[in-house]
Amino acid sequence: MADPVKLYGTVLSAYVCRAKIALNMKGIKYENIEEDLSNKSADLLKYNPVHKKVPVLVHNGNPISESLVIVEYIDDVWKGVPILPQDPYERAVARFLAKFIDEKCIPVIKAVGSNGDEQSIAEACEQLQILENELKVKGTKFFGGDNIGLVDIAADFIAYWHAIREEAAGIKFFTADKFPKLTKWADDFVNCQVVKSTLPPREHMLAFYMKFFGKANDEESYRSDVDQLGNGSNVDQHQW
Amino acid sequence: MVEELVFVNFWSSPFGCRVKIALEEKGIPYDYKEEDLFNKTSFLSEINPVYNKVPVLVHNGKSICESLNIIEYIDEAWSDRSPSFLPSDPYQRSQARFWADFIDKELYEASKKIYRCKGEEQESGKKELLRILKLVEGELGNKPFFGGDNLGFVDISLIPFYSRFYTWETFGKFSIEEECPNLMAWAKRCSQKESVAKSLVDPIKIYDFIFYLNKYLTK
Repeated sequence: MADPVKLYGTVLSAYVCRAKIALNMKGIKYENIEEDLSNKSADLLKYNPVHKKVPVLVHNGNPISESLVIVEYIDDVWKGVPILPQDPYERAVARFLAKFIDEKCIPVIKAVGSNGDEQSIAEACEQLQILENELKVKGTKFFGGDNIGLVDIAADFIAYWHAIREEAAGIKFFTADKFPKLTKWADDFVNCQVVKSTLPPREHMLAFYMKFFGKANDEESYRSDVDQLGNGSNVDQHQW
Repeated sequence: MVEELVFVNFWSSPFGCRVKIALEEKGIPYDYKEEDLFNKTSFLSEINPVYNKVPVLVHNGKSICESLNIIEYIDEAWSDRSPSFLPSDPYQRSQARFWADFIDKELYEASKKIYRCKGEEQESGKKELLRILKLVEGELGNKPFFGGDNLGFVDISLIPFYSRFYTWETFGKFSIEEECPNLMAWAKRCSQKESVAKSLVDPIKIYDFIFYLNKYLTK
């Protein structure tokens, strides 16, 4: 009998999707547990007492938290399609870029928000340019080469969520003109079989972001969605 | 093939200290290059164009950046040399990565509030730091090291901050020995290891450096 695998997450989260993509790459069946972040389950709090966040992977009763730690765990446990390269230097480059995406790229991109001031846009473009250059130098379809790898997975927010966020905020700076390689990469990435099924429906994500930026017409449903987001102390705004 | 290994660092960096410990643990010979963080060279921006920070490890002309990344690289590139820093069991590996990542994300930022801020902000920094240290102490449990019987990934990630205990305690007016006695015992145990003893910076030197840096920054 296969070892039970559970994933605690929310359908809208790019970080949760990373885990789903990795599991799909390895062909692993798992039980998907949808969390209400404004009312986190006792199990989630038990399995991730330090951060109290999603995603959490539970394998054989053992919990693993933090999306990039989960992805590496999946690669370590299940053979088959590799998520990280074999060569130590290539692995170091992949880990570096994945962490860069999380710690510098995404926060700077999100900081543009709906303000759209020139300086924050320039900073966001600077980070995207680093990824654009990486694709240019590699000359491959994906950061992982012919197939997606750790860096592609880490950049899922940029491939899918970002464009929707731009539409909701009414500010566009990730253009095909400025970032031709990255634009093509994003399109190829979201169309991968292992990725497609993990992505939340575009209209749901757009509606969510519209409310997030306070652009909802429907005040009542905005309030209930804010509650869903859980505008309280234990929800990290940067998850969105 | 003759290996060329250059370790680029600034003496007070706890992140650089991690790399030094890892290299010493495996007994890997290297050339050291001190980078003056107040007067960075173009060499640093060439080898670390994204962050322009230390530490950087340059191995046969290829640069590896970010201290935890460098430690994993050392572990994998010199996998024939003991000890291994990461456990062989995937679940234990994931836990080691989780805690090292936790220390990386939270400890340094919380600690800065203690010596750069005053009043409420300093108090909140102190609370936060103690929360982090107690969580980490809980993870250690009864083990001699986070890595079990020997230094591992999490030990190497955390022990450089032992040099800063004196600074935190002096600015924050608290005692880590009182608040986290097991962690203190662990730190002393670690510092008896040759690789750690060779690499840790003198706590008074760190205190003086931070003290004068604060004055310089608040001018």
